[in-house]
Amino acid sequence: MAELTPDARMGKPPVVAPGYTPGSVTDKISAIVLTRTPRWWWVAFGLSFLLMQALLVGVAYLFFEGVGIWGVNNPVGWGFAIINFVWWIGIGHAGTLISAILLLLRQEWRTSINRFAEAMTLFAVACAGVFPLVHLGRPWLAYWLLPYPNTMGLWPNFRSPLIWDVFAVSTYATVSALFWYVGLIPDMATLRDRSRRRWKKIVYGFAAMGWRGHAAHWHNYEVAYLLLAGLATPLVVSVHTVVSFDFAVGQIPGWHATIFPPYFVAGAVFAGFAMVLTLAVPLRQAFALQDFITMRHIQNMAKVMLTTGLIVAYGYLIEIFMAFYSGNQYEEFMLLNRIQGPYKLHWWALLLCNVLAPQAIWLRKVRSSPWLVFLVAMFVNVGMWLERFVIVVTSLSREFLPSSWGTYSGTRWDWAIFVGTIGLFLSLLFLFVRFLPMISIFEMRTILPEAKSVHQRPEEADA
Amino acid sequence: MAQIFHRSTNTVAKVTLFGAVFFVAVAGWVAATLDRSAYSTRQGVVREQPVPFSHDHHVVALGIDCRYCHTAVETEAFAGIPPTTTCINCHKLIWNESDMLAPVRASLAEDTPIRWTRVHDLPDFVYFDHSIHVAKGVGCATCHGRVDQMPLVYQAASLQMEWCLECHRHPERYVGPREQVFNMAWKAPDQATLGPALVAEYHVDPRTDCSTCHR
Repeated sequence: MAELTPDARMGKPPVVAPGYTPGSVTDKISAIVLTRTPRWWWVAFGLSFLLMQALLVGVAYLFFEGVGIWGVNNPVGWGFAIINFVWWIGIGHAGTLISAILLLLRQEWRTSINRFAEAMTLFAVACAGVFPLVHLGRPWLAYWLLPYPNTMGLWPNFRSPLIWDVFAVSTYATVSALFWYVGLIPDMATLRDRSRRRWKKIVYGFAAMGWRGHAAHWHNYEVAYLLLAGLATPLVVSVHTVVSFDFAVGQIPGWHATIFPPYFVAGAVFAGFAMVLTLAVPLRQAFALQDFITMRHIQNMAKVMLTTGLIVAYGYLIEIFMAFYSGNQYEEFMLLNRIQGPYKLHWWALLLCNVLAPQAIWLRKVRSSPWLVFLVAMFVNVGMWLERFVIVVTSLSREFLPSSWGTYSGTRWDWAIFVGTIGLFLSLLFLFVRFLPMISIFEMRTILPEAKSVHQRPEEADA
Repeated sequence: MAQIFHRSTNTVAKVTLFGAVFFVAVAGWVAATLDRSAYSTRQGVVREQPVPFSHDHHVVALGIDCRYCHTAVETEAFAGIPPTTTCINCHKLIWNESDMLAPVRASLAEDTPIRWTRVHDLPDFVYFDHSIHVAKGVGCATCHGRVDQMPLVYQAASLQMEWCLECHRHPERYVGPREQVFNMAWKAPDQATLGPALVAEYHVDPRTDCSTCHR
């Protein structure tokens, strides 16, 4: 009984299938990177890359012609650009939550999913970053958003939440990238040592920054990683809070609500876990990683998704309640307009995707089937996009003055750029799984039962 | 196993890391300096003119007032460039056969204006009005420099937005008495006390809203 982990004693399934040794873990994960490229990878990457061309063409035409090619106009001046920005930024949140908060809470099950969840965060932030840049009338002046001593004698408007966004998102991108990279360094060294070809040794060796597995290296690594986790933790909450201020600081009915920050943060984690599941289920199948990304992982993530989904549903409920409780005719109208106005289909579809569909997770049968969980996650992915669409468009299209009402729909260029960012996201993801270890090798070794028994005192091990 | 990298890589790596910080700082400094340099603003660069008109000679030696040629400066947005006939008022009698003034006579004969090269050229998205500045006691020399000492005119100030805003934010540092506006040589004996007093007396209230200048 020496190898029973605390989890096993509590009757939980292990976070890694039995029978692995540190050596075989390393073999299995590094083999994905170091062996020949599977044929399906070329197909998958090729399709993603093709999809990405929609972004290239869309943005090229946008820069040539201007934002007039989009559907935005008075009164709906905010359209796909901000919907997609918020959607992508939200998706990124799962990576930070898994890597930082679950690390500080010592949740062992984070170990096999944190690496690719962090990568997903970075790629999602990259996709999100496209929109604020290209939606500017003169994107080549995007650096005006940054406070620097300029010849105009001006600072950006620090009272605007849009400028807070610049700081929130750039900090988020920087810390996420650092966190991800620092975590990769020991694995880079493993890949360097296991590569046969000289150029691979050089490339991975370069990225490993001279890692030799020295005790001092490990000490520095642990300190740096913990510090970065501490830095990243507030970002899980702060980034989407600031994003919600883009709306909540405005006075439009449907935006001007104090519930927005927590409701957006919950929505972000909800969307993020849905996206992690969307990626984890096919990836574990494709690379036969069921032993590392076990059903316990899938179930835990599904439960987090369900929980945050309930918080989001509570947010919807409070919005409905406040619309009537406030006694404000504009708030009341905003809600009735969502339910039965021109965008009622979006609103009802949103309820189906974000509130109804996740309830299936309550059933053990659904939870234990990866592909059913995947299906629910797909509903949530769509639902969270619809949520941002409903918030942005229904409120702007029906403002205070009926004389300035209007309707909005995305043009083919709106769609091209949105679909193109999905292509960018998938392309980056496929490059990542091919060239970098998608599961942290050295951290997986530490959660093996074998690694734990070493640390136990003899009398404890004998018990 | 053979080493992949030579020992010197350690040093190169460290130099690169610290060098990157230095490189970024220097790049920022170079960009900021270039942006404010005469290369970018053309501050202090003498412009070629079809006729080498000397403000120095006409203002100091002959004592002609600014408003003799720039007639609209007190009432209009644009101070005005004199028509050829203004030149001819004098030059029909003096230097009327000078080679240097041949373009002026040609302009009169052919009834086509002289194409002067504009020195103080604000961007088209900036709305600027001379009359209000003159009325509130901003002297010609405050913005244009000592034009009376320029044989050929150059731009004395950078004309960058930070330069405009410096005065719009602190008018008391630049405002002078109305009667001294056209006195190029006037200097306040004590700007620190005179400035605030004049700002109060003239109701100088320069706006710094975007739409004050970008209408």
